[in-house]
Amino acid sequence: MDNCVTHLDSVFHALADPTRRAVVQRLVEGPAPVKELAAPFKMALPSFMKHISVLEAAGLIASQKQGRVRTCTLKPGQLEAAEKWFGEQRAIWASRYDNLDNLLTTLKGETNET
Amino acid sequence: MKPDLRFDFIADMQKSTLTVRREFDAGRQLVWDCYTKAELLDKWYAPKPLTTKTQSMDFRDGGHWHFAMIDPEGTHYWSRTDYETITPIEAYTAYDGFTDETGVVNPDMPRSHIHQAFTDLDGRTMVEMLVSYNSPEDLQKVIDMGMESGLASTLERLDELLVSLAGEAA
Repeated sequence: MDNCVTHLDSVFHALADPTRRAVVQRLVEGPAPVKELAAPFKMALPSFMKHISVLEAAGLIASQKQGRVRTCTLKPGQLEAAEKWFGEQRAIWASRYDNLDNLLTTLKGETNET
Repeated sequence: MKPDLRFDFIADMQKSTLTVRREFDAGRQLVWDCYTKAELLDKWYAPKPLTTKTQSMDFRDGGHWHFAMIDPEGTHYWSRTDYETITPIEAYTAYDGFTDETGVVNPDMPRSHIHQAFTDLDGRTMVEMLVSYNSPEDLQKVIDMGMESGLASTLERLDELLVSLAGEAA
């Protein structure tokens, strides 16, 4: 479980940065070389590589070097725990609000009778 | 839920917030009462199949609501809402936290800040809830705990049930 805690911590940290979010969004479409990922950003390659390292450390992406080209791939598994929790929260509130709909209907009926 | 009642659920992982909007087919005073009176909260607050039991409630600035959600096996999940500011019948702010039976807040678990706003909508009422955590780390702690707790598995079953019911209705 400790391992999982560390993972989610770094996932949130990794996604707190707009450059890294943009990289993740791009990789949703499929793997891409670092050079292509860096192209939209006005920063030196070493700075950009730091962002790539953070994403790799968080387990959000993997990269592989073939010859002179390093290609990045998305590893969506790490986001699943957070998404699962948000899904549960949505189910809790949906169920609560359905209960409240029923209660309001009952209360409105009582008000009309008096 | 009536099909035309609006329900928005927006999770923002970067800001560590949840925004939940829901429309209700009732006047604002009645909806406000359901959120702020213990005897009414007990009738709706826990998601099915859980039930709600108020231990104590003092609805005022600086007051609190201490309650349990009880699953069908009888397990109590204790929580406590500490009211910060109240503006009847428009809004209130509060902190939500996990507690034990006596109402002592678990210091290891982050508390979330809640902003509830109630607005008129042509005979209906819109309720908007903004839940915020102090930091991504706080939110992550809650997520980890949710995955471990029995409540999460209960809700997983609920989720499955809702999916199957939706399938039957379609």
